[in-house]
Amino acid sequence: MTAVYKHRLFWPIVSLLTLIAINAIARPQFITITMRDGELYGALITILRDSAPLMLVALGMTIVIATRGIDLSVGAIMAVSGAVALTIIDGSGDPDALATVLIAVLVAVLVALILGMWNGFLVTVLGIQPIVATLVLMLAGRGAALLITGGKITTVNSAPFKWMSSGYMVALPVAFFIAVAAIIVIGVIERRTALGVLTEAVGINPEASRLAGVRSRGIIWGAYMVSGALAGVAGLIYASRTSAADANNAGVFIELYAILAVVLGGTSLNGGKFSIAGTVVGVFIIQTLDSTVLFLGIPSAQSPVFFGFVVAVVVVLQSPRMRSGLANLSGRLRPRGAGVQDREKAEVA
Amino acid sequence: MNADTEVPPIVEMRGITIRFPGVLALDDVDFTLRPGEVHSLMGENGAGKSTLIKALTGVYGIDSGSISIAGERQTFSTASDAQDAGISTVYQEVNLCTNLTVGENIMLGHEPRRGTGIDWRATHAEAARHLASLGLELDTRSMLAHHSIAIQQLVAISRAMVLDAKVLILDEPTSSLDRGEVEQLFGIMRDLRDKGVAILFVSHFLDQVYEISDRITVLRNGALVGEYPVAELPRDALVTKMIGRELADLAAIASSSHRDIDRSGTPVVKATGLGRRGVLEPADLEVYEGEVVGIAGLLGSGRTELVRLLYGADRADEGTVEVHGEHVRLHQPRHAIDHRISLSSENRREEGVVADLTVAENIVLGMQARQGWLRKIPKKDQDAVVQEYIDALGVRPANPHALVGNLSGGNQQKVLLARWLATAPELLVLDEPTRGIDVGAKADIQRKVAELSAQGLAVIFISSELEEVLRMAQRVVVLRDRKKIGELEASTTDLDGLIDYIANAGEGSAA
Amino acid sequence: MAAMTTTTARAGGRADRASSRVQTFLSRHGGMMPTFAAALILVLLFIGAEAFLRGDFIKPLTISNLLINNAYLLVLAVGMTFVILTGGIDLSVGSVMAFTGMLGAKLLADGLPVAIAIPAMLLGGAAIGLFIGILVQYFGVQPFIASLAGLFLGRGLAFIVSLNSIKVEDPAVLWLQSTRWKLGDWVVTPTGIIALATVAIAAFVLHLTRFGRTIYAIGGSEQSARLMGLKVGRAKVGAYVISGTCAGLAGLLLTAYANSSYPRNGIGTELDAIAAVVIGGTLLTGGRGYVLGSMIGVFVYGTIKTIINFMGAEQAWMQIIVGALLLLFIVVQRAIVARAEGRR
Repeated sequence: MTAVYKHRLFWPIVSLLTLIAINAIARPQFITITMRDGELYGALITILRDSAPLMLVALGMTIVIATRGIDLSVGAIMAVSGAVALTIIDGSGDPDALATVLIAVLVAVLVALILGMWNGFLVTVLGIQPIVATLVLMLAGRGAALLITGGKITTVNSAPFKWMSSGYMVALPVAFFIAVAAIIVIGVIERRTALGVLTEAVGINPEASRLAGVRSRGIIWGAYMVSGALAGVAGLIYASRTSAADANNAGVFIELYAILAVVLGGTSLNGGKFSIAGTVVGVFIIQTLDSTVLFLGIPSAQSPVFFGFVVAVVVVLQSPRMRSGLANLSGRLRPRGAGVQDREKAEVA
Repeated sequence: MNADTEVPPIVEMRGITIRFPGVLALDDVDFTLRPGEVHSLMGENGAGKSTLIKALTGVYGIDSGSISIAGERQTFSTASDAQDAGISTVYQEVNLCTNLTVGENIMLGHEPRRGTGIDWRATHAEAARHLASLGLELDTRSMLAHHSIAIQQLVAISRAMVLDAKVLILDEPTSSLDRGEVEQLFGIMRDLRDKGVAILFVSHFLDQVYEISDRITVLRNGALVGEYPVAELPRDALVTKMIGRELADLAAIASSSHRDIDRSGTPVVKATGLGRRGVLEPADLEVYEGEVVGIAGLLGSGRTELVRLLYGADRADEGTVEVHGEHVRLHQPRHAIDHRISLSSENRREEGVVADLTVAENIVLGMQARQGWLRKIPKKDQDAVVQEYIDALGVRPANPHALVGNLSGGNQQKVLLARWLATAPELLVLDEPTRGIDVGAKADIQRKVAELSAQGLAVIFISSELEEVLRMAQRVVVLRDRKKIGELEASTTDLDGLIDYIANAGEGSAA
Repeated sequence: MAAMTTTTARAGGRADRASSRVQTFLSRHGGMMPTFAAALILVLLFIGAEAFLRGDFIKPLTISNLLINNAYLLVLAVGMTFVILTGGIDLSVGSVMAFTGMLGAKLLADGLPVAIAIPAMLLGGAAIGLFIGILVQYFGVQPFIASLAGLFLGRGLAFIVSLNSIKVEDPAVLWLQSTRWKLGDWVVTPTGIIALATVAIAAFVLHLTRFGRTIYAIGGSEQSARLMGLKVGRAKVGAYVISGTCAGLAGLLLTAYANSSYPRNGIGTELDAIAAVVIGGTLLTGGRGYVLGSMIGVFVYGTIKTIINFMGAEQAWMQIIVGALLLLFIVVQRAIVARAEGRR
């Protein structure tokens, strides 16, 4: 019993189920799924489909955060990737040709990968704080995307490209399959190889890991590249959904939602132990919350207030003060800034 | 001068108990400090000295017991509460802000004001006055970061004096000071004592303790052993009380390590002219199979720097390294590991263990890093290795899934030793492997190292405890002031000889 | 006495120190170098613009406009400087500015007097700052995340006040921007004066009060500051409250500047403010920097914007150039820090 209670996915999953339950009670159609022309429809399916870009970005963010970093540039990378792909498709003679779309997709993801590599370079080689290093691209990236599209919103009509966001396979949205593929690939690479535990070691104690012979630089660099590439794919899905490369609006705030998803999933922003499954749950919580807000008839512009409160409540519940307060209501005076000092205490032992 | 027992105590701690997760850090400890005395707090690392001090200064809360200052019962919840009660502390690691000026560090929070703002001219003048009373002349407007640790330590003491404290706590203030600076500090301490300040002094140097103290309180394993006037406690009695058991097992290690080493063949590792500008002057070092080479020298003598350069933890800008007679380039620790060289850092917490990983994950980390991330070591093999080393080294708790951060220092050190032994090294470099751990773990680790070297492992052993170096090593390399000054055969010297060599050998330089 | 092999000692005669005056200067003012660098860049920008663009760039009006057009950003950067000096960051300022702008405009539109609307704006900003500060200080939440909650909160509240822009017709608020005080060719508006006064007050607080020095001490080493008995908790929360209040004030200035308030105002402005602070020489790790540097940073930012307008180039270049400058300064700072560490 306590094992279940203490599992770190316990609270995220409980939150998600509670949200779904509330929705289901308030509007039964929320959980109804209908089949039309061999394709499934319904609010839950929409959540699965629409969560794909956030899922991809959040997966990359999880790995970066595990290395004790953060990637603020994902939104900007989405914008660049969308701009690159649509500019290539737009410039080609035949937007509906599969080859054109494939080339566009590959080039866009490659560009995103290179941008991730750039972030990794700043962090690992120049030793710049991750927040700052990725802030550079966060600022400059959208500018670059605007330059690629020539300052306008490029729109295209390309069936194969559109298929990425609105197509169906085996009764489910293609975007969902892309997200699932990413989850599986990341999960297998991290957990079936030693990469996961080495990443955690680097995130918890970079110097000790380096002295233990871990290729810290390569692991951290790789994390930013993965994050960049996944953001690139997310940018393609976003661009595909709108059929447009909108450098100013693609992926705005997505870095914040992705970080929130990671934190909701139980991964600490201090790096180290991470949970892919937790992030997946976190993304669904956010997407469901978004859907709930929409259902309540609240203008989506106002939904940030809810997210603000959710962030506050979650971080307060996760805080050491709250935990020790709950665990130890006897009210013993604790030193402030318990995080640092807890480590000292362990040392005294 | 000699504290009169009739003087009412300024600090009275009764029945202090502090519990940390899984550990009883202090168990029903009493401590009394009287005005006008220098009172030394003695004990091995981990005995509870720092915890007691932190309880007195409000950094830690106490689980039970009482603290009275000048007869008044107090509950401190922050450091500033304790300061308000007249208790001022200088910690071992300098707790100042290096981004601020010297003068500001001394006066911070007590700056003279003019109108609504701080009067900087008066602030710096007053800071200079406090420094002058310590016999120091510094530019108070210079940044603290520009000064050496020793100077920073003296600045910290100046700060403590600004507070006009009734109780001054000096936690290992002398570890980075040279002889002259220590004398200066002792002069100041005597002055303050004569003015009625109660001084709590912690030092590892027995000479200093006997030179300055009036009274000694001994702690062991979180419990009080007793309080003694210094005249009634001879040194050997003090050491016995601190350690609490005979040194028989350690002596046995010594006898086993004093054997002859065959140095006719090729050394396992040979470094020639290894150096880095501003860090270490070029030095030579050779280690043969089955040999334990001790490195002796004071803190900051370059002993850690030498092995870090050898290991590739820092990049050497000159010199060559040969492994079994072949030139190798070691630019990164993993290059060294590939050549079967392992280094256990002196800084266990920051450069050793990965606190939030388990014992098993920490032990396997070195092997796994060597294999690369793609080839994960199968679970079964991992479990076997982990169990083998937990048993061999006596890691407690013997639970592979415990988080290393929750283990005691000695057990963390054993986990680190296990990590390195699991990579099957041919040269094992141990930098201060026994610092801050209890005697039992110390003996376990020394025994294991002696055993492995007898089986042919080459070892470099660094320790501040010279007895330990002499006990473990066949040959001792001596460094001073970031320079190697020579080598000694352990069998031909004793502790006094080694101390004399460290202090005086080579051309005279007044360190 | 003992068998020994003495290694050859190298002649250790160190080169004499460089002239002591330079040494003293560096030991005292080394931390100002990035700010000097920012000032130099500002001068170079002006000279470059003068030389390569129309020859009439350097004139009182251009410089006056620099202040008038960026008054709100200057106020934001001042607040941000406090937070960054403690080693924190405040991502909420852009949306808090939007919220307080909307709040004030709404109160005025509902017929409330300025004497209520303006204090309400400042208090609104301070309240969100307090919220962030408490999360950071008492719940150990990372500043990044805590201020992220503030960002969401502010943006949502702005839209809750109204989904559409609100026009402001209150004469007192309009007066702030429309009044032009002239001194020769130099022009200044009340908004500009308010921004400059904010800088002056902040400089006073940071350099001449114990609260200000505590902010620096926290940035240097929070643990040391606490062990020194400084009131760390109060100062840290105070920094966020100041940043929030500044965002509230910036909301007023922006509303006056635009004659209206729009809930989408200031998206991404927190990044501009952070960039200006960093360009002005404040270290993101905390403990080093000057509010005057942040002012220079804002002027560098404003000048680049002006030049781009002069050239008629794409606004996209603005983001790229600011990003590149930010990178340049971060690398320079990194080198300075690395040197300082190397010395130890």
